[in-house]
Amino acid sequence: MAGPQTTSKTESGTSVTRSDWNQIAASAEFRELLAAKSRFIVPATVFFIVYYFALPVLVGYAPKLMSEPVIGVLNWAYLFALSQFLVAWLIAFLYVRAANGFDEKGKKILSNLDSTHRQEGR
Amino acid sequence: MSTPLIMFLVFIAITLGITYWAAKRSSGASAYFAANRSITGWQNGIAVAGDYMSAASFLGIAGIIAFQGYDGFLYSVGWLVAYLTVLLVVAEPLRNAGKYTMADVLAYRLRPRPVRFMASVSTLTVSTFYMVAQMVGAGTLVALLLKGSGISYNWAVVIVGVLMVAYVVFGGMLATTWVQIIKAVLLMSGTILLSILVMAHFHFSFAEFFDAIAHVKDGDKVVNFLTPGLRYKPPYGPLDLISLGLALIFGTAGLPHILVRFYTVPDAKTARISVVWAMIIIGSFYIMTTFLGFGAATIVGKAYIAKNGGINMSGPLLAQNLAGDVFFAFISAIAFATILAVVAGLTISASTSFAHDVYSNVIKHGEPASQAKEVTVARITAFVVGAVAILIAIVLGPTFNVAFLVALAFAVAASANLPVIVFSIFWRRFTTEGAVWGLATGLLSSLILIIVGPSIMNVDGPNVAVAARHLIQAHPWFPLENPGIVSIPLGFLGAFLGTMMSKEDLDAEERYTELEVRANTGLGSERAVAGH
Repeated sequence: MAGPQTTSKTESGTSVTRSDWNQIAASAEFRELLAAKSRFIVPATVFFIVYYFALPVLVGYAPKLMSEPVIGVLNWAYLFALSQFLVAWLIAFLYVRAANGFDEKGKKILSNLDSTHRQEGR
Repeated sequence: MSTPLIMFLVFIAITLGITYWAAKRSSGASAYFAANRSITGWQNGIAVAGDYMSAASFLGIAGIIAFQGYDGFLYSVGWLVAYLTVLLVVAEPLRNAGKYTMADVLAYRLRPRPVRFMASVSTLTVSTFYMVAQMVGAGTLVALLLKGSGISYNWAVVIVGVLMVAYVVFGGMLATTWVQIIKAVLLMSGTILLSILVMAHFHFSFAEFFDAIAHVKDGDKVVNFLTPGLRYKPPYGPLDLISLGLALIFGTAGLPHILVRFYTVPDAKTARISVVWAMIIIGSFYIMTTFLGFGAATIVGKAYIAKNGGINMSGPLLAQNLAGDVFFAFISAIAFATILAVVAGLTISASTSFAHDVYSNVIKHGEPASQAKEVTVARITAFVVGAVAILIAIVLGPTFNVAFLVALAFAVAASANLPVIVFSIFWRRFTTEGAVWGLATGLLSSLILIIVGPSIMNVDGPNVAVAARHLIQAHPWFPLENPGIVSIPLGFLGAFLGTMMSKEDLDAEERYTELEVRANTGLGSERAVAGH
């Protein structure tokens, strides 16, 4: 009784069957899409987590160092905190650029499915 | 009639007008729960920002910076960076594979009844804690801002409760979305204006501004407010700060009222774009807390704020100091709008989860006849949620310390919701038992650690007022205010062990194949309803 209650449709309106899902999942294009996604998402996630937690760790355990003024009265602590905003925006920007490529790959997979269905005369 | 009151009334009139407009367009479940999935990327981005920037951000963070300087600004950082988790990990798969709630994604491949039930318990817990915190805040705020208008704390709570229920019951997701958008635009305009006024005070010289921050008068000492450690002091301060960071970074992506927003857009690409819009707005807002908080510290001063309403009034008092009573009224009305919009967002996510997950799929086993009734059930739930929130807020009263309720909401979202969302999207072997165990351990460990932590359990001196006393008078068993550093690993561990100790579920793994294709290609995802 588990699972989807409604049948899924492709863009052109044909039904997606169990074998379709399995075929897509096993296809080289789909595997390449997943690999391309992880190539971006895994390092980006690791990087932002490390970069972010460096801030509370440094201000928490090295407050003397972080209070050192750098520009005028501005210290490392404030500048590092400010850099977090820029880094977050930069990662978001890079991800959107990379994701446009993922969208292309995804579209190709779906249009392959449509043409298979047409050949089978569904 | 006072100026703040007139501005409140204008805001209420506009939002009720939108609700009326939305009510005429909302028929059917997809319209009610997901605004026909017709919200555009930038609109949803602003709405996400509106849902997220609560009074805790606007009044709370400005206040903490005004009183404790740099450490308050650390909060601001976490609230933005958290959106990278939303962007990179959850937004798109969730949009592609779900319908109305986060539980849809779990139910896709696991046994629907137990996982929907547990996910809904967690959703309702998070929403209720967060909502009560906002309601108590709203009551206190309105009573303070409208001093002399005769509106008491209790009435303020009732008014907020009735309005949020009205938006949700009559206008559904469409009205709620537009209330968020208006609120976010108001909040941003107010914050930008206030920031410009602060800089004008310092002759638009950053050197002068930061020099003042480095020499803030605090009692008879001069303190450098850019120095870290004024709030988070050893021995446990630094650890508490890291724990808070964990709850923010992993909790935001598990907040039910943020997650439901991604179902209101036509596809995953729009969901992605809306997160980026949200990040631009949220980031700009939190950077500007520099001006609000440090502005209040340097221009208004801690002593004056403490005597005139306390820490949460830092922002409004700064406005009054810089531009007089009308601007004070404008900023106060924005604070009120902020709270109202956030509680409306929480109400709709709570009632959607109850109607769609518990009523339709757990109680009625997902039969088609019950799905037609989902909207009615959601409306009734919104009424009940509103009534319960009003009641709790009145019983707790205006002096109740609500800060830990928000910490708790984030901790539960991070420890219970996020582990099971991540595992169901990325781990083939994940089982129903794993999801139930993960949700239960995350939820319980956050609750227990908060109860035995210093927010609830502490020894007060004899001079502390009755209402402000800790509920349990004993030395805290857990030293941190934020339980995330322990409860998040426990949530992941519960989900992992629950899975490994249960039999491999080959059915679930086969459906994982389908989920994986859906989540990554959008094949078979819920479509937008064309036209209205």
